[in-house]
Amino acid sequence: MSLDKATVAKVANLARIKVEEKDLEPMAAELNNILGWIEQLGEVNTDDVEPMTSVAQMSLRWRADEVTDGGYAEDVVANGPNHEDGYFAVPKVIE
Amino acid sequence: MSDLTRMTIAEARDGLDAGDFSARELTAAHITAMTASKPLNAFITETPDQAVDAATASDARRAKGEAGKLEGIPLAIKDLFCTKGVLTTAASHILDGFTPHYESTVTSNLWDEGAVMLGKANLDEFAMGSSNETSYYGNVVNPWRREGDNRDLVPGGSSGGSASAVASFSAMGATGTDTGGSIRQPASFTGIVGMKPTYGRCSRWGVVAFASSLDQPGPMARSVRDTAIMLEAMAGFDAKDSTSVNMPVPNFEDAMTGDIKGLKIGIPKEYRIDGMSDEISSLWQQGIDWMKDAGAEIVDISLPHTKYALPAYYIIAPAEASSNLARYDGVRYGLRVEGKDLNDMYASTRAEGFGAEVKRRLLIGTYALSAGYYDAYYLKAQKVRARIAEDFKQAYLNVDAILTPTAPSAAFGFGEKGDDPLAMYLNDVFTVPASLAGLPGISVPAGLSKDGLPLGLQLLGRPFDEETVFRVGGVLEEAAAFTATPTDWWRG
Amino acid sequence: MGMIIQGATGDWEVVIGLEIHAQVTSKSKLFSGASAAYGAEPNSQVSFVDAAMPGMLPVINEMAVEQAVRTGLGLNAKINEFSVFDRKNYFYADLPQGYQISQFLQPIVGEGKIIIDLKDGETREIGITRLHLEQDAGKSLHDQHPSQTFVDLNRSGVPLMEIVSEPDMRSPEEAAAYVKKIRSIVRYLGTCDGNMDEGSMRADVNVSVRKPGDEFGTRCEMKNINSVRFMQQAIIYEANRQVDIIEAGGTVDQETRLYDPDKGETRSLRSKEEAHDYRYFPDPDLLPLEFDGAFIARIRETLPELPDDKKARFISELGLSAYDAGVLVTEKEVADYFEAVAEGRDAKLAANWVIGELFGNLNRTGKDLSDSPVAAKALGELIDLIKDGTISNRIAKEVFEEMFDTGKAAGDIVEEKGLKQVSDTGAIEAAIDDVIAANPDKVAEYRGGKDKLFGFFMGQVMKATQGKANPGVVTEIMRPKLDG
Repeated sequence: MSLDKATVAKVANLARIKVEEKDLEPMAAELNNILGWIEQLGEVNTDDVEPMTSVAQMSLRWRADEVTDGGYAEDVVANGPNHEDGYFAVPKVIE
Repeated sequence: MSDLTRMTIAEARDGLDAGDFSARELTAAHITAMTASKPLNAFITETPDQAVDAATASDARRAKGEAGKLEGIPLAIKDLFCTKGVLTTAASHILDGFTPHYESTVTSNLWDEGAVMLGKANLDEFAMGSSNETSYYGNVVNPWRREGDNRDLVPGGSSGGSASAVASFSAMGATGTDTGGSIRQPASFTGIVGMKPTYGRCSRWGVVAFASSLDQPGPMARSVRDTAIMLEAMAGFDAKDSTSVNMPVPNFEDAMTGDIKGLKIGIPKEYRIDGMSDEISSLWQQGIDWMKDAGAEIVDISLPHTKYALPAYYIIAPAEASSNLARYDGVRYGLRVEGKDLNDMYASTRAEGFGAEVKRRLLIGTYALSAGYYDAYYLKAQKVRARIAEDFKQAYLNVDAILTPTAPSAAFGFGEKGDDPLAMYLNDVFTVPASLAGLPGISVPAGLSKDGLPLGLQLLGRPFDEETVFRVGGVLEEAAAFTATPTDWWRG
Repeated sequence: MGMIIQGATGDWEVVIGLEIHAQVTSKSKLFSGASAAYGAEPNSQVSFVDAAMPGMLPVINEMAVEQAVRTGLGLNAKINEFSVFDRKNYFYADLPQGYQISQFLQPIVGEGKIIIDLKDGETREIGITRLHLEQDAGKSLHDQHPSQTFVDLNRSGVPLMEIVSEPDMRSPEEAAAYVKKIRSIVRYLGTCDGNMDEGSMRADVNVSVRKPGDEFGTRCEMKNINSVRFMQQAIIYEANRQVDIIEAGGTVDQETRLYDPDKGETRSLRSKEEAHDYRYFPDPDLLPLEFDGAFIARIRETLPELPDDKKARFISELGLSAYDAGVLVTEKEVADYFEAVAEGRDAKLAANWVIGELFGNLNRTGKDLSDSPVAAKALGELIDLIKDGTISNRIAKEVFEEMFDTGKAAGDIVEEKGLKQVSDTGAIEAAIDDVIAANPDKVAEYRGGKDKLFGFFMGQVMKATQGKANPGVVTEIMRPKLDG
């Protein structure tokens, strides 16, 4: 498997990271270098191996259904680069 | 009065108890040291005023007989821990100006035990790096230099600021986080002790996430005992972290009995990698001999999938990161670069806000999870990870702890690894396998390289058996009798 | 009966599958302790977890797990004792984490089935593919500012159950019946309030067309429809659109479309035109969700009687018609009301009163059962007055209107207005005698064989007694007199 320029552009778009056209090719080379090295995982026999999902051998702990949080709208928006009337504001989205 | 910064935490604790000095004096001495250490760039944010206030409050508590486990001890906090009212950056441009309105569980625990924060320690951006060269706030410099050489060296990473602060006597201890070696490798590079607890031992709540299934906070200090004292304060069950394990926190200091007679120490043959330098292999042999001399039984073991740990890690960690870092989008906090529409704002903000290494990993991680590649990369890596964990499980049927080098080399110079990210990734070859398996590990300074740089040995334990790790670590530390310190060239 | 579109090339069948998003009834959110209540000041019901602040972590709400299992049982579905939360990764302004925690490969509930009720008591079985738990997103407001979209995260992290159906429906009516049935079931179970206006239930509708007997066609998805009526309109529009495309020689593109109720048409969602790649993977902040059979059994024990069972019982034990039973069980409140009225009484009579008079008056006044001025007990008392002969059925209707308008008790109204039925044989006999005497020609006709005139005499007697004469007593006395 080898990434071409178009795939890097697609992945960068999925990751919402702007990559200049001129940087796509070098980026592809860089990523291919790393992915090529990762290919060696193919040498490991993983038939009948369950993928590891968590380190700790325990099951998910549940929380009681109580309202214990929230009620501090000002703290929530305080760090917002752009907020108005208690809302976060972003460039207009047209559906 | 002798220099208050040269003590261990244990010594300072005794001195405070005895009334030889106050927390205010202790803190003042460290603020002076911190200020003098600016050339090391170990701190992103210094909080001397808060530190003085906290020390004053600490003295008051002590006077009332309410001293905690770390009462009055000045610490550096890796700037990955969210601290209420104090800028928290993860060393990234994208978190510009972010001031949390909450305090991480681990730091809360430390303050509850009386510790004093000196400031927020520099790190690799989002903890992604092994040399502390990826911080938006600039490189951290290792207090150590090669003998007869004035060039700056890296402190290791990602907890490079924490390591540098402790090694330069600016802080008595520091918090770190370890995802693939980020506590242990910088500890080895700077001649201090770094302890990564079992995954689930310390809460991750309030710690900026890099790779959720691997991230684990831990202590860094100048002695094994100090890390034991710190971990006891940091650790504990946290209902706010679903991966936190509900187990009592043992008295780690008490576990350091100084006696390891009859313990079985495993030596994994796969860690004898191609091209291992003579000084690393002889240091390792020296460690084995020390263990033997202390009455431990040395057992040769095999961890057959060791060589696949790094490539598996470089899929799993970036994949998780690609999702964990999606929240940095310029909407609710941090940097925003305006764009022509919402998507353009996202892409521009993230392009400007993230550094090259972070972007590289986010792209790798996004690709590894994308349609058509998930099975080949992510799922495969998680299966390999399961095999690595199984290797350790089998080994621990026969041994109580495992001894290896911490890193394949001593600290290196800036830019010495060239442009190849793979060369940098190899730094973590000995630390990553235990991270994947979630095991506890400690790096203990054990000797000097031929250039006079510190080198560490790593001890790994069974899950939740930090006690054995501290016990063996204490014996190793005593045998190594590592007393070398860097010259304080940075004071100018 | 499926919907058939008669195209130029023949008949087309419509195939419909639904994904219903139902808000779990709970106090707090799926993974945080913030309130899940509807409507509040912007961002006031948001925790740092819901706002995806750095370092925040999810912890699951036990109520959400319980409610999902309870709903699964109500859908006759397989409950999975082991399920996994995955991250669905995409960027959107009201999705603070940059991913939604959902369940992808291993949902909490697997295959099930429900019965939908169609016209004339007809029923059909519709397959349930799965039910999984997931977080709701926040809310984007596009109309508050000329150049900006405002984001309110109050809904961010609210627990949702996504209930996915098999593509088993063949007409807008069936889709409507399915939504109504799901709504009925979750309301019975108390797992979702089913309120479509407040968005606690909304549907994504998948529509395709095919020639009967052919393979399924390419489907289009219409997202976030929050009214049954709009859903039906959307299906009709969309099915016809697809038939037109295919018959014109084109092909239907698999895409997400938006239904515009104002224009009555669907259009492509261009803002989402780029192919999604959600990069699902197990959420490393969470462990697999596990419980045992005992947990499921405990929930099973608390299940109420569900509409289908109730309907069957109303038919078999209470003797109601399938239609009446179906009408009465749709809403649990109605069924409970009916059962309170019918308790110890003639169930068919009770059903007639509830469906006829009560519903009629509620409709007339635009009221819900919950604010009905006539309580079940009061209606029961009215029926008792009919049964014991105190008032006639006709008078009872008058009394009911009065009850509905004033909230007074039936007995009081009868008393106040002197509506008590007359069973005094002397008074009735006198009235009969007067009527017979006043209508000799009609009497002659009756005696000549025109039996139907009995009704005329009855009417005259009732008129003379202002309707209060007991019709049974009138008949008993009048018949021998007329027969001579």
